[in-house]
Amino acid sequence: MEKRYWNEYQKEIADDHYFYERSCIRQTFFPGSEAAFLRMMREVLHKDIYDEENAHTCTGIGYHSDFVPLETTMTVVARLFALMTAKGYTNYVPSCVTSFGIFSEMVEMWEHHPELLEKTRENLYKATGREFKIPENIAHPSDIIYKNREELKKSMKYQLVNRFTGKPLRVVEHVGCHYAKIFPEKGVGKSEFPYVLAGMIESWGGEVLDYPERRHCCGFGFRHYLLQENRGYSVANTKKKFESMEPYEPDFIVTNCPGCAMFMDKWQYTIAEMENKTFDKDGYGIPVLTYEEMAGLLLGYDPWQLGLQLHQVQSENLMNKIGIKYNPDEKYCGVDGKILPSPEKPRVLKQ
Amino acid sequence: MINFGYSIASSRAVNLDTCDFDKLHQLENLAPSFKRCMNCGACTATCSAQQFTSFNIRKIKSLYQQAQYDKLAKELEKCMLCGKCTLVCPRGLNLRPIIMNMRKILNKK
Repeated sequence: MEKRYWNEYQKEIADDHYFYERSCIRQTFFPGSEAAFLRMMREVLHKDIYDEENAHTCTGIGYHSDFVPLETTMTVVARLFALMTAKGYTNYVPSCVTSFGIFSEMVEMWEHHPELLEKTRENLYKATGREFKIPENIAHPSDIIYKNREELKKSMKYQLVNRFTGKPLRVVEHVGCHYAKIFPEKGVGKSEFPYVLAGMIESWGGEVLDYPERRHCCGFGFRHYLLQENRGYSVANTKKKFESMEPYEPDFIVTNCPGCAMFMDKWQYTIAEMENKTFDKDGYGIPVLTYEEMAGLLLGYDPWQLGLQLHQVQSENLMNKIGIKYNPDEKYCGVDGKILPSPEKPRVLKQ
Repeated sequence: MINFGYSIASSRAVNLDTCDFDKLHQLENLAPSFKRCMNCGACTATCSAQQFTSFNIRKIKSLYQQAQYDKLAKELEKCMLCGKCTLVCPRGLNLRPIIMNMRKILNKK
């Protein structure tokens, strides 16, 4: 049998005592995911994780869109590290893949250019009076879930198995580009064969689909999306990816990047409106979940608490396949128990 | 229909497996120096025609190498055959016969 060297590659992931930094866009589009991650860490894995309330942007979107200069990004990253240092933690866990890429990049630059590190320390001190230590370990939450996937499995109520056919669910895994394509050694399985999501899917009973455009960009592309006139390129990327996966009939898509989850979800609506095209047989679209939502569903968390109703493509069909119990009447239930108005239904995409 | 303010861009990828390279082989037989082109663009930089029109000889050669012949015949009419490109070419391509033969092949019915 052919030897698979990449399979042997495992990055260093801290065991406990994490400092968690929330993401900018995940809190808007997938607000339940981060809460579910913290709940899993505390209630199931019994880990110490600090949820920083004063965290802010890492400048990732502005940095990759070319309008935040490098020095600014370094100082902002330094402030986030200063918050971690002030709380006495050394293991940094950024919720967002772009933040993970930014932190890895800045730390790498500081290692190669100590004068930039000195300048950053000076800038931060002048601006805020804070000092910081570089984290001993930077791990993405998907790394931590991957590392503890067997432990989580013990508490899971469901598996990624179609209860009608008894066969494993067919899952497309999409790993964010900034997870391992910038620094391959920072990702589990390196950049060409990242195993972080595939490992979770296989452990939890699903089948990982291998399709031609598996490593293709989701279509976010930062500045390619920000200007309305350029969005045609962004949506074309997503379309190419969906056309490639369509013949493999995936049951759902799981991603570890906020941008990927958002764009692969929302662009399905846009493509459906523009071309009357959906990429599943029945016209409902392919649900796109974050890895926390996938884990949360299998652990038996309430899907509406996980925020699945906030996705463009709805997940009821997927939950029926797995056999997850949910109350449809509580789908749009507010925090105070009051039923909120339902959103308008799309013209093409069924719900 | 919702107006999103943009449309889905069509793919610009060239699938070389489905291209017809007959015209390229014909040109390479008639003007063998064409094979040496590395698309550096020195020809375009010195071109008199590109000063006043959208003529871009590097782009035309590149499209020809990829067998994307549409609209090339019309575009090639802009060349004045002055030969300045031949003087600056670092690979010693003989550009005038290349352009003349391109015109001949593309205009052949």
